[in-house]
Amino acid sequence: MSNYKALYQEVILDHNKKPRNYGTLAHASHHAVGHNPLCGDHISVALSLDRDCIACIAFQGESCAICKASASMMTAAIKGKSRADAEILIHEFLAMATGKLHLDSPNNIGRLAVFAGVCDLPTRVKCAILPWHTLHAAFNSVASASTEAEADPMHVSIDNA
Amino acid sequence: MNSVHIALNSNSASAFDVERIRADFPILQLRIDRKPLVYLDNAASSQMPQQVIDRLVRYQTSEHANINRAVHYLSETATAEYDTARRKLQRFINAPEEREVVFTSGTTDAINLVMHGYGRWFIKPGDEIILTTLEHHSNIVPWQMLAEETGAKIRVVPINDAGELLIDEYEKLFNARTRFVGVIHVSNALGSINPVKQMIAFAHAHGVPVLVDGAQAAAHLQVDVQDLDCDFYAFSGHKLCGPTGIGVLYGKAALLEKMQPFKGGGDMILSVTFEKTTYNTIPYKFEAGTPPIAAAIGLGAAVDYLSAIGMDAIATHELELLNYATEQMNHMPGVRIVGTAKNKASVISFIVDGVHPHDIGTLLNQEGIAVRTGHHCAQPVMQRFKVPATSRASFAFYNSMAEVDALVAGIRTVQKVFA
Repeated sequence: MSNYKALYQEVILDHNKKPRNYGTLAHASHHAVGHNPLCGDHISVALSLDRDCIACIAFQGESCAICKASASMMTAAIKGKSRADAEILIHEFLAMATGKLHLDSPNNIGRLAVFAGVCDLPTRVKCAILPWHTLHAAFNSVASASTEAEADPMHVSIDNA
Repeated sequence: MNSVHIALNSNSASAFDVERIRADFPILQLRIDRKPLVYLDNAASSQMPQQVIDRLVRYQTSEHANINRAVHYLSETATAEYDTARRKLQRFINAPEEREVVFTSGTTDAINLVMHGYGRWFIKPGDEIILTTLEHHSNIVPWQMLAEETGAKIRVVPINDAGELLIDEYEKLFNARTRFVGVIHVSNALGSINPVKQMIAFAHAHGVPVLVDGAQAAAHLQVDVQDLDCDFYAFSGHKLCGPTGIGVLYGKAALLEKMQPFKGGGDMILSVTFEKTTYNTIPYKFEAGTPPIAAAIGLGAAVDYLSAIGMDAIATHELELLNYATEQMNHMPGVRIVGTAKNKASVISFIVDGVHPHDIGTLLNQEGIAVRTGHHCAQPVMQRFKVPATSRASFAFYNSMAEVDALVAGIRTVQKVFA
C-alpha cells in the first residue's frame, strides 16, 4: 500500500506538467500510435534513427499523469541511445512495472525507478507501460505511416500487454 | 456549507437513521490503508446487508437442492423459496402477475433475451428501433447486433447540455417503420431520470412496445411497472443490495407469450421427443437449465430489506445526499459536474481541471474513497460531452453526509497534489 503513495512523486508530477519532447517530428523515420481501450487514452511516438542511434524522438497524446510522465521520461532516457539499448530498457521497464525486476540487481532503470510502485496498482500498470509498448511498435514500423486504424500494423493496442 | 449540512441532518434524523442502517452492512466497517472506507461506487454495484448474507447462508446450509425436479424435502423447500422470491420481486415492481417476472442473470441478459426472443422474430429489414444517447452499452450493442442481422435501423434520441433527453426530438423519430423503443430509466453515467412514463405513452399511441433499462433506477426509485405501462422492464440484483448473477426481466404476459425462447434446455420444456419439443409456459420457457437459485432467494431477501426501509425514504435520503454534494462541488473552483438534469438520481459525474480521471481515482483511493473512473460503459454520453472519461461518485441510502464531506476533502487533496 505504501508504494503507491510514492507514485505521485514530484518528478512524475513535474514531467506531467512539463512533458519533455512533447509534439511531433517533421521527418520521423518510425512512428506508432498506442491506445488503451480501458480508459480511451492514446499517445503517438515518433522518432528518427540516424544509423542505429535515436537522433530525435517526440510524443503527444491524451492521457493520465502516469502515462504522460512515463512517456516524457522515456523519451528523455532513450534520446541518443542505440536502438538495441532502448530495446533493453523497454524490456526492463515492462519487467519493473509488472513486479518482475529486482531493482537491486544490475539494470539500466535509473530515474525511471519512480514508476516501480505502479506494480501494486494492477489497473494502472497499463498507463505506465503504454508509451513503452508504443515505442516498441514504432521500432518495428515502416517509415512514414500515418493511419491510426485499428487494423494497421502501426497501431498498437495494449490489450495483450 | 455547514448550515446546509446541519439542516439536512436534523431534517432527516427522525425519519432516516443512516448510522443504524450502516450497521447492517459489514463491508462498510472496512478500512482501506487505515482510512475508513467511503464507498461511492454504488452505481456500479451496491453492498450487501447482513440480512441478505444470512439468508444466503441459511439457504446453503439448510435448504439447497435443485428445483422443479425431485420429490424430496430439500428440492421442495428450494422450489418453494425460489417461487417465493419471484413473488417478492413481483410485488417490488408491482407486476400484475407472477408469471411476468422472469429471472435472468442480470440486466444485460434480460435485454439480450428481449432482443433474441422478441426482436429477432418481430423486427424486419427496414424497421426502426429508437434508443437514446444516454443508453448503457448493454442497451445499445444487442440492438446493433440485431440491426446488423436483420437490416433494421437504429435511431437515437439526442440530449441537451444538461444531459436531458430531447422529448420533441424523440417524438419526431416516430414513423410507420418504428417497431421498438429501448430507453434507460436513470442514466448510469449522469444520473438523469428520464420521463419514461410519458415516452411510453407516446410510443403506445403509435403501437410501439417499450423496453425500460431499470438497472440504475430500481435501487433508487419506487418502480411501478403498471403505472409506467412499460412492456419490458430489466434490472439487476447486485445493484439492489442482492447477489451478482441474478436479475429480472418483467414483461407483459401477452408479449412474453408471443416471444420465442432464447436458450434451450432443461426446465423450459413440457415435453421433448426427437420429433418435437413443446415449450413450457411463461416464465419457465425463458429459464432454461438450473437457475441461480441461491441468488434469486438472496435477491428476494434484498427487496424485503429495501421495502422495510421504504423506497420513498431511500429516495428522499439519496436526494439530500445529491443536493448537498452538488452544492459543495458547485462551489469548488476547477471542478465541473457533467450532467445537470433537473430530475436526477444520486449520481455525480465530474471533471477536475488538469487532472485525468484515473489519477483522481487512484488518489481518492489513497483516502479510502471508492469512485468509478472511465467511460461508465456509456461512450456515446462521453462523446456528447467531448470528454474521454469522467470520475463518478454515486450514492446509496447507506451513505452519510460525512462521506460527502470526505469526497469533497479528497478532491481538494487531488487538486493540491496537481497544483
